[in-house]
Amino acid sequence: MGLFLLSAVAGLFRRPFRGRELLRQLRFIGAGSSSVIFFTALSSGMVLGLQGYYTLKKFGAEGMLGSGVALTLVMELGPILTALMVAGRVGSAICAEIGIMRISEQIDALECMAVDPFRYLISPKLLAAILSVPLLTAMFDVVGIYGGYLAGVKLMGANSGSYFSSMTLSITNHEIWIGIIKSFVFALLVVWISAGRGYFVHRIRGAGFGAESVSKVTTQAVVLSSIAVLIFDYLLTAVLL
Amino acid sequence: MTYSAASAGLTAIEFVQVSKTFGERERRHRVLNEVSWAIPKGKTTVIAGGSGQGKSVTLKLILGLLRPDSGQILVDGQDVGKMGAGQLRQLRTKFGVLFQGAALFDSLSVFENIALPLRERTKLKEPEIRAKIMATLETLELAGHEEKFPAQLSGGMKKRVGLARALQLEPEIVLFDEPTTGLDPLMTLEIYALFQRMQQQLGYTAVIVSHDIPKVFELADQIVLINKGEADVFAEASQIIHSDKPHIREFAEKTMGL
Repeated sequence: MGLFLLSAVAGLFRRPFRGRELLRQLRFIGAGSSSVIFFTALSSGMVLGLQGYYTLKKFGAEGMLGSGVALTLVMELGPILTALMVAGRVGSAICAEIGIMRISEQIDALECMAVDPFRYLISPKLLAAILSVPLLTAMFDVVGIYGGYLAGVKLMGANSGSYFSSMTLSITNHEIWIGIIKSFVFALLVVWISAGRGYFVHRIRGAGFGAESVSKVTTQAVVLSSIAVLIFDYLLTAVLL
Repeated sequence: MTYSAASAGLTAIEFVQVSKTFGERERRHRVLNEVSWAIPKGKTTVIAGGSGQGKSVTLKLILGLLRPDSGQILVDGQDVGKMGAGQLRQLRTKFGVLFQGAALFDSLSVFENIALPLRERTKLKEPEIRAKIMATLETLELAGHEEKFPAQLSGGMKKRVGLARALQLEPEIVLFDEPTTGLDPLMTLEIYALFQRMQQQLGYTAVIVSHDIPKVFELADQIVLINKGEADVFAEASQIIHSDKPHIREFAEKTMGL
């Protein structure tokens, strides 16, 4: 699998560059995921606003609501929930597409035409995910902060000025960089695991054959990439904090 | 890299003492057992044999998609089994392959399927690619179908699109894996006539793996029967029934209606 990732990364620098395919993948991974990210972010932000207000009020610290919501979203919930949504929506699609191409000999056909399947198939998806997921995470953060504002300020009555001023005081470049690095690593993990499961569907023991094997590895891809995202979230948090 | 004197001239591909085994321990199955034979340049070689006897494995060995356990597979004198990924990619530019299920890219139209090797492997400009493909579509009686997707094509049309794609880079060697499987008898004859016509035009070496016995033997300049790990070479179909090996005579009786 390490060699698989290296080959996909090397494919980014080989010609001919597949610009049109990159745009198609950006549309699928980025624009296509924006609505699901929007609703996940809005509901997460609103829940954070409610829960945060309820908890902070007990200590008389409801003025710190904006800070709590923003820090939680930017450093933690934004990257991880975006990655989990992308794993479910995009990882499954990537795995199924490549798995079907493998079992119907389309990848063999590429190899026989002396076309590098990594450069042709995997690299555009990898690049599109690396570009899209941090942007989707940024969108998640902004929508989530607005959701927290709706619930905490508009519904529960927290002070609007302190919601935003506490946020600007507590969020620095360091926190923003943690979120960007996490989203970049999560994008890499999701595409690596999902594309890898599909690409090696014929070699995975116990996966069976034909459509059944693609179905099984697609489930595996989503589960494994979600677990990998959660594990790496802890490791990155421990290292970067 | 090994260089065989025999493969320098009239031989396109040569198997030298090739063995290939699948499975582990008690499930081990030796598909090829030190087989040696050659495919002549510019001719049609038909590989026949029962199911699971190693016909498709033979094609995969030629393409370097599988590696032999021992022995050499020489393509123009170069040992495929010892090549790295870059060398294999270079070697495969000599080949065109028509897969059993045509292996068309189902998300691409007929035109885009045929254009793929030209866009990826040549520096032709888009108008040149279009002109070349339209000419091929005309030759293969596929004109007017260029915007269709593989799911909208009949079995025979898929094979013809697969053949068009395989021939775009003007390969020296074309491998056909079960090219008439799933086709009706009339379409089978049409596909065979097309193979002969294209080979006369382009002069490539053809290697056909097929179950369609005895019809496919009519195309053959050489027949290779793969059975029980052995490969037996015949110049023509009538020689098969005179083989001194009982299992080959039995195969001929069962499959050739003799």
